Amino acid sequence: MNELVEGIISGNTRAISKAISLVENDGPDKIELLKEIHRYVGESVIIGITGPPGAGKSSLINVLIKEYRKQGKKVGILAIDPTSPFTGGALLGDRLRMQDHSTDENVFIRSLATRGHLGGISLATSDAVKILDAAGFEIILLETVGVGQAEIEIVEASDIVLLVLVPGYGDEIQVLKAGIIEIGDIYVINKADQMDATKLKTTIEYYLELSPDKNANHRKVVLTSSLTGSGVDSLIHEINSTYNFFRKKGILNERRKTRIRKEILRILNSRILESINQTFNGRNFDSSINKILNKKIDPYTIADSIFEEMKKRSQT
Amino acid sequence: MGYLEKFLGNTRKTLLYRGIREMNKKVRILIAKPGLDGHDRGAKYIARALKDAGYEVIYTGIRQTPEAIVKTAIQEDVDFIGLSLLSGAHNELFPRVTELLKKHGAEDIIVFGGGIIPEEDIPFLKSKGIKAIFTPGTPIRDVIDFIESQKEAKNNE
Ligand SMILES: Nc1nc2c(ncn2[C@@H]2O[C@H](COP(=O)(O)OP(=O)(O)O)[C@@H](O)[C@H]2O)c(=O)[nH]1
Ligand SMILES: [Mg+2]
Repeated sequence: MNELVEGIISGNTRAISKAISLVENDGPDKIELLKEIHRYVGESVIIGITGPPGAGKSSLINVLIKEYRKQGKKVGILAIDPTSPFTGGALLGDRLRMQDHSTDENVFIRSLATRGHLGGISLATSDAVKILDAAGFEIILLETVGVGQAEIEIVEASDIVLLVLVPGYGDEIQVLKAGIIEIGDIYVINKADQMDATKLKTTIEYYLELSPDKNANHRKVVLTSSLTGSGVDSLIHEINSTYNFFRKKGILNERRKTRIRKEILRILNSRILESINQTFNGRNFDSSINKILNKKIDPYTIADSIFEEMKKRSQT
Repeated sequence: MGYLEKFLGNTRKTLLYRGIREMNKKVRILIAKPGLDGHDRGAKYIARALKDAGYEVIYTGIRQTPEAIVKTAIQEDVDFIGLSLLSGAHNELFPRVTELLKKHGAEDIIVFGGGIIPEEDIPFLKSKGIKAIFTPGTPIRDVIDFIESQKEAKNNE
């Protein structure tokens, strides 16, 4: 274990990668590792990048890495893609777009599948972020498709969130109505080389003005092309100034506290689920299920009695 | 000690609960295309088929150097690397991958190859640590059987 921790702290690729597998697989030493590295975390800037599939998130990350590398910063990337609910398999292709950095020692890219995590993929992701953080990556980029609760929770694990959109991507109003407008700190309209982005930009700005959230007025809309690289310098500029604004206003600290709060809840959640699994290992509750089916009893009463039984057992 | 602490204390040992651990453990496979040819139909086909078989497949596209492939494999902590090549440089590029894995202390990653590879080259490639070669027309079932048998052998070590 000490070897693994030392490896992470010294930035050893193999150690970092094995440690991420450990938290991903929920291996037996996971908790010990996370306790050990806790005092080394909290230094990185965590940037969440979300948006519909094909918007150019991975390509944008590729150019962001380039800019941050020019500044001499070490960059860690976690790219999350969904596990197929039918086969349990996953095709992880995000790093295909990040090949410019495939041999740079100061860039670490890891693809994660959502799997069927007890604590949710968000718990595994935030643990993986801590490993990269402890390993000295100054910038951590999280890529996730902006659909579903799990993905939103992942970006909530970030200090700052970029929502990547594309002009002409279905009905613009639909995009805004879907509620995605609530999760971005910076709106990136990508593929601006290809399509006219002014209409989408105006629409987003209009919605931001209407937003009851008083911080919404500070949010910026940036046009980029990850193909030509245009607009990327102003994106970096907006990231920096938003981050500084968040720090000055105490928003960053608030977010980090919220993150910790949610993390404790998630850990508790997974502990309780584990405990239920453990206590009732092999039991299928068939007779209870039949009773519920036949309206003899309701599922809440059954769940309560299971919970009571579990409490009793864990006290002995 | 409050109820909650006691509760947590007791559940710590559930971390050793095997069922949960195995549920999350997944075989990870990197499908990579070294060399200069730009056809990745075969590589994409195998990547998708392995995904459908329940594996986590990392696909990195065409024209990968052996250095990039090995670095990717290590960062992604894969169990297998599948190399796909049509251009005829397999005798040079495949052994380079196994060499680099060794150099990085990652020779536990199992390498297999596919593509247009003449029968007479196979013994040489196997002597260089390529565990299996699948020529065009091999049923995907054979690849899956290979992965499963290698996985089992690894688990029994
Ligand atoms: N014209 C143009 N194409 C882009 C741009 N960014 C990405 N693409 C293309 O859009 C497709 C999807 O990109 P990708 O980065 O994989 O999107 P993701 O699914 O959001 O990660 C790829 O074919 C990219 O080459 C851009 O700025 N301009
Ligand atoms: Mg992507």
